[in-house]
Amino acid sequence: MGIRFVLMVNKQGQTRLAQYYEYLNVEERRALEGEIVRKCLTRTQQQCSFVEHRNYKVVYRRYASLFFLVGVDNEENELAILEFIHLLVETMDRHFGNVCELDIMFHLEKAHFMLEEMVMNGCIIETSKTNILSQIQLMERAS
Amino acid sequence: MALSGMRGLSVFISDVRNCQNKEQERLRVDKELGNIRTRFKNEKGLTPYEKKKYVWKMLYIYMLGYDVDFGHMEAVSLISAPKYPEKQVGYIVTSCLLNENHDFLRLAINTVRNDIIGRNETFQCLALTLVGNIGGRDFAESLAPDVQKLLISSSCRPLVRKKAALCLLRLYRKNPDVVNVDGWSDRMAQLLDERDMGVLTSCMSLLVALVSNNHDAYWSCLPKCVKTLERLARNQDVPQEYTYYGIPSPWLQVKTMRALQYFPAVEDPNTRRSLFEVLQRILMGTDVVKNVNKNNASHAVLFEALALVMHLDAEKEMMSQCVALLGKFIAVREPNIRYLGLENMTRMLMVTDVQDIIKRHQAQIITSLKDPDISIRRRALDLLYGMCDVSNAKDIVEELLQYLSSADFAMREELSLKAAILAEKFAPDLSWYVDVILQLIDKAGDFVSDDIWFRVVQFVTNNEDLQPYAALKAREYLDKPAIHETMVKVSAYILGEYSHLLARRPGCSPKEIFIVIHEKLPTVSTSTIPILLSTYAKILMHTQPPDQDLQRQIWAIFSKYESCIDAEIQQRAVEYHALSMKGAALMDILAEMPKFPERQSLLIKKAEDSEADTAEQSAIKLRTQQQTSNALVLTDQRPANGTPQVNQLGLVKVPTMSNADPSTAEQGLTHANGALTIVDPQPPSTTSPDLLGDLLGTLAIEGPPGPVTAPQSDPRVASGLEGGVDALAIATVEDQTNAVQPIGDIAERFHALCLKDSGVLYEDPHIQIGIKADWRAHQGRVVLFLGNKNLGALSSVQALILSPSHLKIELSLVPDIIPPRAQVQCPLEIINLHPSRDSAVLDFSYNFGTQLVNVKLRLPAVLNKFLQPIPISAEEFFPQWRSLSGPPLKLQEVVRGVRPMLLAEMANLFNSLNLMVCPGLDPNANNLVVSTTFYSENTRAMLCLIRIETDPADRTQLRMTIASGDPTLTFELKEFVKEQLISIPITSRVATPPMAPQGQPLSPPTALLSSDPGAMLAGLL
Repeated sequence: MGIRFVLMVNKQGQTRLAQYYEYLNVEERRALEGEIVRKCLTRTQQQCSFVEHRNYKVVYRRYASLFFLVGVDNEENELAILEFIHLLVETMDRHFGNVCELDIMFHLEKAHFMLEEMVMNGCIIETSKTNILSQIQLMERAS
Repeated sequence: MALSGMRGLSVFISDVRNCQNKEQERLRVDKELGNIRTRFKNEKGLTPYEKKKYVWKMLYIYMLGYDVDFGHMEAVSLISAPKYPEKQVGYIVTSCLLNENHDFLRLAINTVRNDIIGRNETFQCLALTLVGNIGGRDFAESLAPDVQKLLISSSCRPLVRKKAALCLLRLYRKNPDVVNVDGWSDRMAQLLDERDMGVLTSCMSLLVALVSNNHDAYWSCLPKCVKTLERLARNQDVPQEYTYYGIPSPWLQVKTMRALQYFPAVEDPNTRRSLFEVLQRILMGTDVVKNVNKNNASHAVLFEALALVMHLDAEKEMMSQCVALLGKFIAVREPNIRYLGLENMTRMLMVTDVQDIIKRHQAQIITSLKDPDISIRRRALDLLYGMCDVSNAKDIVEELLQYLSSADFAMREELSLKAAILAEKFAPDLSWYVDVILQLIDKAGDFVSDDIWFRVVQFVTNNEDLQPYAALKAREYLDKPAIHETMVKVSAYILGEYSHLLARRPGCSPKEIFIVIHEKLPTVSTSTIPILLSTYAKILMHTQPPDQDLQRQIWAIFSKYESCIDAEIQQRAVEYHALSMKGAALMDILAEMPKFPERQSLLIKKAEDSEADTAEQSAIKLRTQQQTSNALVLTDQRPANGTPQVNQLGLVKVPTMSNADPSTAEQGLTHANGALTIVDPQPPSTTSPDLLGDLLGTLAIEGPPGPVTAPQSDPRVASGLEGGVDALAIATVEDQTNAVQPIGDIAERFHALCLKDSGVLYEDPHIQIGIKADWRAHQGRVVLFLGNKNLGALSSVQALILSPSHLKIELSLVPDIIPPRAQVQCPLEIINLHPSRDSAVLDFSYNFGTQLVNVKLRLPAVLNKFLQPIPISAEEFFPQWRSLSGPPLKLQEVVRGVRPMLLAEMANLFNSLNLMVCPGLDPNANNLVVSTTFYSENTRAMLCLIRIETDPADRTQLRMTIASGDPTLTFELKEFVKEQLISIPITSRVATPPMAPQGQPLSPPTALLSSDPGAMLAGLL
């Protein structure tokens, strides 16, 4: 299965995007997000990008005020996921032009759609920015 | 511009963003939910645009962590909208809000199927994505053939096919019985020829799923994988779009090598050669570069290649390259690489023949054990644990012990368990093992579970050579100030059994041993006292010729505990007292414990069973595959002849003692008739039975278990001893006051009254003392109702209040005589001066006929009576919470050993203590925020705030933070709350040492000697 969830959380701990690839109810999500965010937000730049939590390994990366957290299982390559986060950010950058927290907040559906083009059922499906964004452009044209 | 086009949605998001606190956010969200609910009620009036807008709002609210339990139908219905924008929203929101078992999903199956088989490829993509993310059995049954068709269709564009591949993956994973993949091996092989990298990436994931289930069927895919890897590694025919910082899709490379790890071996020599060439290139050609992204991407590939080499068990040369690389990685500064280096080195331990090379890096790994990053420390600990064997156990375990003193709280438990296991498995000699465990208890007693000390006792019992050494060590630890209670237990046990082996050494006479152990008694809890009593009995038995003075002292202790409220203590005291008066019979019955039959260590078993974190498990599994040290067998005076341990240690033979102990001769007899079962010293029964089982194993085998049954109900007492003892065991000795027994449990009554304001405080056949209290701020008015139950008068009635320094209590006059069947009321005025947990004691006595009855009863004028619950809003809470920063006004503690209760139960408990739980203040649902006002003359009204953070995975521990404006109050309240959470209140109270309150005139020493349980209880306060 690989990727279990993708979270984008600002440094106040507010969730800006959450996509789960296994079903958790609201309570479980809230608890999980709280615990993970607490753990990751207190870490320094000198510490590694991996945090072990329950059965997950969380691979995280910080961009300005926004944290990208990806929960994976044993089947994933940590560094590959770390760079996948960067690919996601670069893709959003290309679309929004210097993406920031507000872009994700106010264009939630685009952010979701981009992620949907990149990850499906916990597996990476597409890594070409052009291919990913061509679908978004289609969407924009349609509306 | 779907979203930005929805103004209402943007406004809502801004509103939520501008909320100052969680409470405001909740209000805004509730308002919106109400609004959406009403709009959805008359759905007819809704335009698709509005519907879309509301559904997005729902998703947004759901993401914020609020439950959205309506509107699912509307989301699902959008799927069948004819236009793309609505349909798209329907698909995305549905797959976020619903799970595969949701009923509404079935309603959508037809629409989804029509989209999948339709001509519109954007619709196809949307539908495939939904099914790929949340499709369940119904979808598999009706859609699998369609999805398969799409995947292999030549007329389909890659954009649809890559989604079809992952959609099929989900349907197959979830329902392998429904999805027919017969004959798919050829198709998969064809699919792997795909030029489009997107499709190839998805197909590789699908292949992993298929191969992991049945690798035999997919042999033909193996060369294709190698070819793909070659194509990528050599950067042939890789479009620019799929190159990431100059590296051809690192994700596809990683996935391909992952797929290859599911094949047991590569047999075809040509394929094997090509593969090894590629791997060799990766291993040798990956350099550290400046660009972080490029560096990460190339190392992602490199680590996967390492894993693949390990899996293929490649030639020695390649393997040593891998170890060399990992050795380099674990020494670099870059934390990610170091972390992965340690992790992969742990995996590498699985490979045979490399352990020796890994051992060369031991010093480096130990450095990482002290890294500031806990992720790295954990990996280092795991690796050290995994690489430990007989040759390096001493170094590694000593390193772990040293680290233990400075390790953070979160790791101590794991550390101590691992150190204990390694010490047991790889001990070069047994005295070292004893040293390690005793050090462990000394340094981290709180984290040493009972099974660890049970285990050391087993080893000492089973190895005669070890006994004098262990006894000497135990004696040494007892001289240290403030030793941990577990150390008291283990030392007392060992000295009880074997201190006579030390008799000729200075400071080791029976009397000196007794004194040094007895000094610890006031500091230990109820669970330890029975062990100490057994030790005293054994010391007494070993003292030959008898020492009259020692005997008198020990008898005094036994008789004091004969009326102890704790059944286990009482039984032991009564029995030992009776037995020790019997002289020679004592020797038979208290003879040394026989050897324990050897079995698998519960500790190791527990470690194997434990579902600790994932990577740790690999190391544990690894451990079990490896050979255990034979050291523990070797030292059992036998040559290592390869016979299993079980036989060697399992022999229950009568130990021959080095000095001529008169009891030795009779030991055989004792064992034979099994009388030992009854009175042998046993650890208390407070731990779970299976743990006890390990130490008490012999007993269970020799006779039916009965360690905690009451003496009179155990027929074997009579058979094992002579007739008279039976009676002695039940009869109470000397003290007349005991003739009047209280009705009901005094402690229980007290605890009930701590939570309510009226009820019965005490009752016996003659009198009932009721209580009614009224608390206002820092003052209280309590009325005692003394009711004479008899037809005769109670005379010499006396009531004294022993009040702690923080309470000013005035008791009005109590009449000397209570007439028959009468009730007298005695009001008490109480003023709380300052915060304290101590409680006042009522020393009550009366005469009935010739009997003098005296009881000491705690009065329920406890801390929580001076609390008043107060609701607090977020606006008030947060500034207060922040302004009280750090100790001594704000204290935090991790509380372990909490009695497990649901969060709701805990909330009830708090509310019943006048500590008001304020829901909604803490965003984390597993936390409780509590507020209350405390009243005392010194502090006046003072706001107290508490935050409890629980761990749903482990209900026995929590973190508590308490803040108030007064340091004493904060501390006292923290301890008070802790007592409520931990204790099973009735028993733990008894154990409170008498010196705990700071020199208050509370309990005159005579009270301690009284044998009335009530008095004991009060006296020990």
